[in-house]
This record gives sequence, structure tokens and C-alpha cells, in this order.
Amino acid sequence: MILFELIEYDILRVIWWALLGVLLIGFALTDGFDMGVGALLPFVAKTDVERRVAINTVGPVWEGNQVWFILGGGAIFAAWPPLYAVSFSGFYLAMFVVLAAFIVRPVAFKYRSKRDDATWRTRWDWALFAGGAVPALLFGVAVGNVLLGVPFYLTEDLMPMYPGNFAIKFIGLLRPFALLAGVVSLSMLLMHGAAWLSLKAEGVVAERARSIGVKAGIVAAAGYALAGLWLAFGVDGFALGEVVANGPSNPLYSEVTRGGSWLTAYSDRPWIVAAPAMGFVGIALAVMGLKAGREVSTLLWSKLGILGIISSVGLTMFPFILPSTLDPNSSLTVWDSSSSHQTLFIMLVVTAIFMPLILMYTAWVYKVLWGKVTEAQVTENADTVY
Amino acid sequence: MEIGLVELSRMQFALTAMYHFLFVPLTLGLSILVAIMETVYVMTNRPIWRQMTKFWGTLFGINFVLGVATGITMEFQFGMNWSYYSHYVGDIFGAPLAIEGLMAFFLEATFVGLFFFGWDKLSKVQHMVVAWLVAIGSNFSALWILIANGWMQNPVGAEFNPDTMRMEMTSFFDVLFNEVAQAKFVHTVSAGYVTASVFVLGVSALYLIQNKHKDLARRSIAVASAFGLAAALSVVVLGDESGYSASHTQKMKLAAIEAMWETHDAPAPFTAIGFPDQEARETHYAVEIPWAMGLIGTRSLTQEIPGINDLVAESEDRIREGLIAYDALMTIREQREATPQAVRDTFEMHSENLGFALLLKRYVDDPRDATEEQIMMAADDTVPGVAPLFWAFRLMVALGFSFIAVMAYFFYRASFRNMQFPRWSLYAAVAIIPTPWIAAELGWFVAEFGRQPWTVDGVLPTALSASHLSIADLLITLAGFLIFYSVLFVIEVSLMVKYIRKGPFQDVEETNAWQERHEARLRSETPAPTLDATPAE
Repeated sequence: MILFELIEYDILRVIWWALLGVLLIGFALTDGFDMGVGALLPFVAKTDVERRVAINTVGPVWEGNQVWFILGGGAIFAAWPPLYAVSFSGFYLAMFVVLAAFIVRPVAFKYRSKRDDATWRTRWDWALFAGGAVPALLFGVAVGNVLLGVPFYLTEDLMPMYPGNFAIKFIGLLRPFALLAGVVSLSMLLMHGAAWLSLKAEGVVAERARSIGVKAGIVAAAGYALAGLWLAFGVDGFALGEVVANGPSNPLYSEVTRGGSWLTAYSDRPWIVAAPAMGFVGIALAVMGLKAGREVSTLLWSKLGILGIISSVGLTMFPFILPSTLDPNSSLTVWDSSSSHQTLFIMLVVTAIFMPLILMYTAWVYKVLWGKVTEAQVTENADTVY
Repeated sequence: MEIGLVELSRMQFALTAMYHFLFVPLTLGLSILVAIMETVYVMTNRPIWRQMTKFWGTLFGINFVLGVATGITMEFQFGMNWSYYSHYVGDIFGAPLAIEGLMAFFLEATFVGLFFFGWDKLSKVQHMVVAWLVAIGSNFSALWILIANGWMQNPVGAEFNPDTMRMEMTSFFDVLFNEVAQAKFVHTVSAGYVTASVFVLGVSALYLIQNKHKDLARRSIAVASAFGLAAALSVVVLGDESGYSASHTQKMKLAAIEAMWETHDAPAPFTAIGFPDQEARETHYAVEIPWAMGLIGTRSLTQEIPGINDLVAESEDRIREGLIAYDALMTIREQREATPQAVRDTFEMHSENLGFALLLKRYVDDPRDATEEQIMMAADDTVPGVAPLFWAFRLMVALGFSFIAVMAYFFYRASFRNMQFPRWSLYAAVAIIPTPWIAAELGWFVAEFGRQPWTVDGVLPTALSASHLSIADLLITLAGFLIFYSVLFVIEVSLMVKYIRKGPFQDVEETNAWQERHEARLRSETPAPTLDATPAE
């Protein structure tokens, strides 16, 4: 089959780099508000009924939303195998914590209200809190570490190696800049969760959510601005030597130097300034919307803000995906860590068929579920809802 | 055996995968049974079928969520614990995993919420369609996972690329229509259907013993036994198909399962029972059925099935061939584009045996430095543990046949004896509830333990596939998963028991009343309330 040569290898790589962004953003936009609601739960809802209202706003949709995370994993495996191999084993214990959170969260949703027992329910509420807050923080920390560079190298056989003790490797992720990135991601998703609750809940739950959401939005914008300054003055960037965009996917074939700044990308490709601009505008309008009590538009602005922030990271680093501090030549870039030409093509065809379908039926499900969740509904249907 | 990084990684994978598969088979089968029940409800409009749909649907939901939760680990731990594997075969193996997400998992997960929350927001037909979409999504999930797994057993449609140091896809269609994958898919989903049927049968039998919910129980038995009988037959037939495909794709696995040390003149006998002795390479006290093995394995009377000793000798030859490929590969790696064409040709000629040279990496850093003794040891390594395979396989097959008998009996009583079930049979039905899970786990054990010492048969040794983590990393996560999963398991079972005790949600009268209201509401088209408005008990 030579059909796959219809699209050049380098173009496919760029498309898959963009699709990687689409998946991460899809995850943040959908499951992001589930995580936000979980992290907000103890603060916006005090009584059992209030908590059930908050939980049931995401009750019917979290499961589908979480698939963005799973699909993200699968797509990285299929399209960027070296990234899948290096990052998940490199962030081993952090990944374990994230997995634990994502395992406990579904169970908490489903099981929480299945027993009429205050202790039982409080425990699951904490599980929902941790299941939302911990990944929201750690995803940001991971992104921060990617910008700083990760201490790995590839052997001649392309086996990823991480020298060092397990505890040092785990604690080592919590560098100040990475923590700041974690704060940005957590506060951004808190704002998003608040926007969702403002739309789907009413009364005191929605009010508390709006008030926390405003603060979270301000923290997110300030943290994001601070991270930008930090990148400009305190973080070394990486630069790729000669670009071979159609070459084999072997990271060791290219030369990478460390130094300079990531932000030179903005003089090379000035148009990418649109991304951080979207980030700030989106957050600002979402914060104003939360204050004013607007519902649908606020959620949309919040989405725009998240879209801007996440895409700004990718656009700033391009063509780097995972730079290495220990051996810069081992760094993974768009040009040297993808799947083969054929696999990228086949996966693009499959995605082109199924992604529109997914978006269509997901939209239909949201439409069916349109409307606010009220305390009355939760009390009347105490046995069947979450 | 010394417990090192690779062994710990294997233990963790076995633990998380087998635990995941405690929930998957029930999801596969119960999703379909529930959809069937709801279809009967929509066709007959009899409330009892709606009650059944909701009752079994609740148990489905409690189980489903743990299948989803434990599946998350599966998606990520290839990268976490098997990073060299991920690099080496991700170009092929990653694709079905991603397609599973796109085509199947999104479907089931998006609609499962609507299944539970949509009773009042959807028309009856719409809700039934949602139930079927969940069932179809679950089963398509299994298809893609087994295409991925089938490729590990029979790596077709791929070749090694020396420039990227990994396997790359040459034919997506070969990967898709891999005969091993197709047989495994039907075998595995059928096993799921049997599991769900035995579960529904057992719980219903319990109700009949306790003299309650009899309408629900009888009808459930009728559905489960009919569905279960078809599924139990399918499991055995497709299990046989898997055995047949193994006779030409995984000869060593087949020989190990059968404890066939020597090549026997065709048609080979089947060792029904015996005590395999790996050290001495013989089976003590073997009870043999003449011709049976040859017939099952080759479907002919003349074709030979090679024994373990001959296959080890073949492995030794392939290791030597692989060393030629390895040597050429090292030259290619040093000289890159400057490599003479002759060296590339040599590599091409022998590359299908490269994986065998990699078996030596367990003993020496550079396989080319291996001694004769090490080559012999590596060849011996290609024999998996015979006795565990031999026994696990026989137990699985015995259980498989017994499910046919059980389902046939209940189907007969349900269809031709007016749904009267003798008391002993009801107790038996309750007692056998755990057995399909045992059979399913044994099946996976045979498939994956029988694949050793490879992660990808003949391509990549297990010893080379694991991530270079520290032992402490593994101990922390292994203990973490063990504790975490055990707690979840206890909670899951306790909730299952609670909801089985509680029984179906409503009386028939209540269901009737609900239905009237529901229809009135659909007629008047007043805005429906947001959440499920089924009357509380």
C-alpha cells in the first residue's frame, strides 16, 4: 500500500503534533471541569444534598470525558511511541499517583450515594476532592518539567534511562517553576469547574462556586504571567541543529543544544502570540462573567482561556516535545520521535472518521442532559442519582 | 528464581491485568443481556422487562465502573513499566489501542451515563438504542484489545527498521485480520457472555431458592440460559480455533500446553492427564488419547506437530541466524547512510531472527560475545513453564465443557419444562457463580505465560522489554496496587451483595404507574425534569 505517501511524512508529523494538542485540550476542556468540580466539592457544597447536586452536575458525563485521558494515552502510544515510552516511565511515581486518582474517582462517583451512611459518603467526598485536585496539580507540574527539560538519556539501542534514586526522581519533579505551572493548571481548572457549576447548579452551590471561581481565575492569570516572565529570564531553552523533517524517527540522529530562551519562538513565529493572548482574554472574560452571573458565555470564555494556555506551551516549544537535560541530543522532537509514515497516515484516517462522530454524539448527549440540577431533583430521586 | 526488576514488572502486569479481567467479562456479557432485556421490554411493553433491565443494569453499573477504573492502568503501564517494549513495537501495538479509544471506549463511556440518567429524558426506543450502543462499544473495545494482544502472539504485518531500532508496520490489514486475533476475539467475548449468563443464572436461582422476585428470576434464567448456551458452544469452538492457529503460529506454546517433549509420528496422541517434568523433559503417568492431538492441532492425519526438544534445536539455529542479523545491525548503526548495500542485504535476509539473538542479552551485553553454553541456555529459555500450562489449560477446558452442560440443562428446563427447576439445580447454579471467572483467568494465564520468554513472540524477549526503574519504584507501586485494588474489590463485592439482597427496585404495580406517567409526559411534552424522575421506593 503506497496510499500513505499521499501526505508527506513531515506534514503528517505536524498534523499529529497538532492532534496531540487537540487531545490534551479536549481532555482539559471536558474532564477539566469534572476535576474542577471535584476539587471544589468541599468548598462549594457543605450539606449532603448540596454535595449531591454538585456531583450530579457531572454525574452523567464524567465517564465520557475521562476517555479523553485514555485516548490521549493511546494516541501518544500510536503516534509518538518514544514520548509514550520516555515520559510515563520517567515520571513513574507521579504517574502512579495520577492513576490512583483516576481510579478512585470513578468509583467514588458511582459508589458514594449507594449507602446511606455519613462516614461512607464523607470518605468518598474526599476521594472526589483528591481525584480532582491531585491530577489537576500534577498535570501542570509535568508540563513545567517538560519546559525545564527532563533528566533522561537514550542508549544506542534507544532504551530510555533515568539515573538516580527513586525518591530523588519523584521529589525532583517538584521544582519551583514546575510547582508554579502546577498552580496555574489547578487554578485554571478550578475556574473551569466553577464556570460549569454556575451553569448547571443553582442557589448557594452556584454562588459559592462563582466566588471561588473569580479568585481562581485571577490566580491562574497571575501565575501564567509570572511563568512567562520566569521563562524569559530564568529558564534555559533548547535549540535544534540541522532540521531533517522527513528523516527516520531516531532522536539520536539530530543535534540539540541547550541555552538561549524558549521565548525566541515569539520572534521566529510572531503569530503565536495569539495563544497567550487568548489565554489572558479568555480568563479575564470568564472572571467577569462569573462576577456578573452569566452562565453559558462564561463557560465558553473559560474554555478559550484554557485553549490559549495549553496551546501556548506547545507552540512555544515547537519542534520540541520532551527535551533532555542530561543529554540534549536525546531530546524528543516532532521530527524524530513519531511513528512511521504509514502508521501516522492510518491513524489520521481513523481519527478523521471517528473524531467527528465522537463530537457529534457527545454534543447530542450534552443536549439531552441540558438544564440545571436542583436540590429537589436530587431528593426526589435519592435512590437513582449519584 | 531471583526476583529482579523484570520479575517484579511482570508480577505487577499480571496483577493489574488479571484484576482488570475480573470486571471485563461481566461487562461484555451483561451489557448485551441488559440490552436484550430492554429490547424485549420495548417490543412487548411489559413492565417486568423494564424492571429486569433496571435491576441487572444496576449490577452492571457497579461492575462497569471498576472495569473502567482498572482499565486506565492498562492503558498507561506499557509506557510506565515496559518502556523498551513501547519504543520497540509502539508503531504497531499503539495503533489498535488508540483506535479502541476512538471507536469503542468513547462510545460506551459517553452513553453509559445516559443509560443510567436518561430514563426520563429519552423515549423508550432511544433508551434501548443507548443500551445497545453501550453493549456494542464494550464489545468493540475487546476487539481492538485482542487485535493488539493477537499481534504479540503472532506478529504479522511488521518488520524491523534498523534506522529507528524498532519494529514498524508494513501492513495494517495483516495486523487487523491476524487469524490469532480474530479467533481470540470471539473466544474472549464469548467467555464474557458465559460469565454474565452464569452470573444472571446464579443470582436468579438464589431468588427462586429464597422464594422471591420469581417473575424476574424465571425470565432472567430463560434469557441467560439461551444466551449462555450459544456462548458456551462458541467459547469451545473458538478455543479450538485458537489451538489450531497456534499449531502453525506458536508451536512452542502448543507443545508446552500439551507437554509434548518429542515430535510424534502423525497423528499425535493427546495427553489427557499426566505429570510433566521439565528437568527430565518427560511426562510421568501420561494417559493418552490416540490421534486426538493431531486432529485438533492440524486437522489432518498426516501432519506432524513438533515436540519441545525439536523446537529447542530450532531455536538454537535461529539464535545463530539472529547473530548474523545483529552483527549487520551494529554495522548499520555505526555507519548509517554510509553502510554498504551488502550489509543491509545481509541484515534483511536474517532480520526475522534478530529477536532470537536478543535472547542472549540476558547473559551478555553484546550477543556476539556469547559462549556456546550461553547460546544453549538461551535456546532452553524458549520453553515456557510446561507443568503450569498443562494444568491450567486442562482445568480451563474442563470448565468450558461443563458450562455447555449447565446452560443446556437450564435451557431445557426453561423451554420445555415450564420453567420448573429442581431445588438441587438451583443450589448448583448459585455454587458455580465464580467458575467462569476462574476459567477466564486461566485462559489468560495460558495465553500470556505460554508466550514466555517473549513479550512479542520471536521478536522481543520479555527480559529486554521492561523499563529501567529501581526495585524501590516497583515495590512501592506493586504494594500500592495490591492494597488499593484489594480495598476496591471488597467494596465492589459488598455493594453487589447489597443490591442483590435489595432486589429489583419496584413492584410491578409501581412500574405500571410509572409507565402511565411516562407516556402521559411524552404526549404532553412538558419539559422533563433534569434527572431521573423514577419514583423513589
